[in-house]
Amino acid sequence: MFDRAEIVYEYDGSFEGLMCCVFESFALKEIPSAIRTPSDQQSLFDTAKWIETDIIKSDRVYKSIAAKISVQAQELVTLGFWTNSPQKELLIYYFLRLGYKHGSKVMSMLTDDTVSTLQKAVHHLTSESHKFKGFVRFSVYDKVMVAVIEPKNFVLPLIADHFCDRFRNESFMIYDKTHKMALVYQGQEAKLIDIDELTLPEVDKSEVEYRRLWKQFYQTIAIEERYNPKCRMTLMPKRYWGQLTELGKDEELYNVSEKQQNLSKQAIRSFEP
Amino acid sequence: MEGIGIDIYDKLMILSDSAKYDVACTSSGVDRRGKQGSIGSAAKAGICHSFAADGRCISLLKVLMTNICIYDCKYCINRTSNDTKRTAFTPSELAELTVNFYRRNYIEGLFLSSGVIKSPNYTMEQMIKALTLLREVYHFNGYIHVKTIPGADSELVTRLGLLADRMSVNIELPSQESLKLLAPNKTKDSILRPMGFISHKIQENSSDLVKFRHASKFVPAGQSTQLIVGATPDTDQKILTLSEGLYQKYRLKRVFYSAYIPVAEHTLLPSVDTKPPLLREHRLYQADWLLRFYGFKANELLDEQTPNFNLQVDPKCNWAINHLEQFPIEINKAPYEMLLRVPGIGVTSAMRILTARKSSLIDFAGLKKMGVVLKRAQFFITCKGKVMNQLKIPSDITLKTLMSDQHKLLTGFAEQLSLFPDPPMTREDVSQCLTEQR
Ligand code: SF4
Repeated sequence: MFDRAEIVYEYDGSFEGLMCCVFESFALKEIPSAIRTPSDQQSLFDTAKWIETDIIKSDRVYKSIAAKISVQAQELVTLGFWTNSPQKELLIYYFLRLGYKHGSKVMSMLTDDTVSTLQKAVHHLTSESHKFKGFVRFSVYDKVMVAVIEPKNFVLPLIADHFCDRFRNESFMIYDKTHKMALVYQGQEAKLIDIDELTLPEVDKSEVEYRRLWKQFYQTIAIEERYNPKCRMTLMPKRYWGQLTELGKDEELYNVSEKQQNLSKQAIRSFEP
Repeated sequence: MEGIGIDIYDKLMILSDSAKYDVACTSSGVDRRGKQGSIGSAAKAGICHSFAADGRCISLLKVLMTNICIYDCKYCINRTSNDTKRTAFTPSELAELTVNFYRRNYIEGLFLSSGVIKSPNYTMEQMIKALTLLREVYHFNGYIHVKTIPGADSELVTRLGLLADRMSVNIELPSQESLKLLAPNKTKDSILRPMGFISHKIQENSSDLVKFRHASKFVPAGQSTQLIVGATPDTDQKILTLSEGLYQKYRLKRVFYSAYIPVAEHTLLPSVDTKPPLLREHRLYQADWLLRFYGFKANELLDEQTPNFNLQVDPKCNWAINHLEQFPIEINKAPYEMLLRVPGIGVTSAMRILTARKSSLIDFAGLKKMGVVLKRAQFFITCKGKVMNQLKIPSDITLKTLMSDQHKLLTGFAEQLSLFPDPPMTREDVSQCLTEQR
């Protein structure tokens, strides 16, 4: 059956693009049933309406959020866009409709489905980014430090200031494998860049030694009589373990030193009479 | 890298192994931005960098300067009469290790303690040397927690305090009698004097900071202490009343509780096969939390008749069950302080209720949507004057069983609360482990 109300918006995946979808909807007084990017799954028959990103329009919408709803709502929407909530676009869109209707009061409508879903998604994002302030592990390559993370939400914008401030005299990169983006900080300047794949060079001997020392410390500090793997799992679920030095497999951590050791053993052997 | 000796592994193993019974794990209490030319910053809420196999947060490189000790505290593995391998870090080994762990984001900073080598003053001088090197040569601007050595001169305490973010003097044993028996070289006075001195210094310093903009900061993250639970016959009431006094009198930031783990055979101590009283420790953490964030007084929770906590029910529930005359309360009207006294409603939920009340009346479905857990709260509240649908108010005894949380308790997480001390809102992630205090 042909249903005139089935309007689908397609946009370029940027925050500004989403703001333009909001603009379009209000300008034409139409309500989209889906907002998606070209890479999203498409059903066979829908035809989406392409929404061009226009900075002037997006700016108008963005400013109107603070003016007509509140600064807090503006922040919630910005954060909402970085969450991994399914159909976050539609969620943000519905939230804004509510906001334009009720004004600043929308922020206290915690019993409303849209508001509580968005709040929960944002809470998930902020608590994940807090965790990553601790769980990021750098490897030191001479003068540069590199870390790889695999977060569910797009946490880089939320942790950038923390790391750039803390390591202001260093050069470093934090690569988000999930979103294929990296935070690169060099010469007091931070950038977010797209990186499809990252191959890391081999680490040197001192890096290996510090990994080994850290793992040593990690194992020693636990009190045997209080052993509680369940509690550890709750506070640090398994999905984080992959990039944590202290929980990595020895072969992976100490690879290089073994090679070097083998080399030196060979060297010694060749000197044997 | 130069500077890593072969034996640094052994040193690290020995000196972290002997430091691990100190349960303070937080890096909280001070916000400090990074500095040009320095490495590091501090975050007020504290940051956990990992969790050990015992479920405890790892935030700081927790080590002793040395495990050599001239004292003979009976409950301590470092006591002079214990036959164990002894070693010491040099100040530069310690600084190098700290900075290299910090750069890799393994840690938030350093927690330095020490056995007493030669004399309290000499030990303090060693620690000052290490921290001076770290702050001034390595330009380390991260978090430092340091333990002062009882019996050291106050001038040394002052110097150490200017290098650290937090300072602690561990009381360990909750009464004078226990101290006399088990820590013959320590007296109540030798512990409380430095505590009083530090608290005085902190206050003096905060007025200095107002007067002189450039006055350096004396332990900006405040002081804390640790009490051992279960090594002596001291009751929960004695311990909690002591904590309350410490918070009031010395304005301590935290009191940590450490379930005694037998490390020595001694007639005055529990036998070596005694299990650490983890559940009791947990109840004390919960009660401590009630003192600091929920407006409870120690004497509301325990008295002469019941000097110890009920292990089946958490302290707040226990209080509520004994004060049923104050319930149910109406969610849409009750003041914040009273919302906080409902079992199952914590700071986060109470704040959300206050917010949501501004826009509409709340019903039970609404509470659920806001993430308020009703399992226990339902018996103590009404929404718009009504109790929850089909709810039968059980008799006291069944209520107590319903409230029991013992079966789902995970030990070792209580101190995780300390991660998020100041803005209690961020505590949610950790309360996953602590479902009964949401
Ligand atoms: S002074 Fe400290 S390190 Fe020495 S035995 Fe007593 S508690 Fe242990």
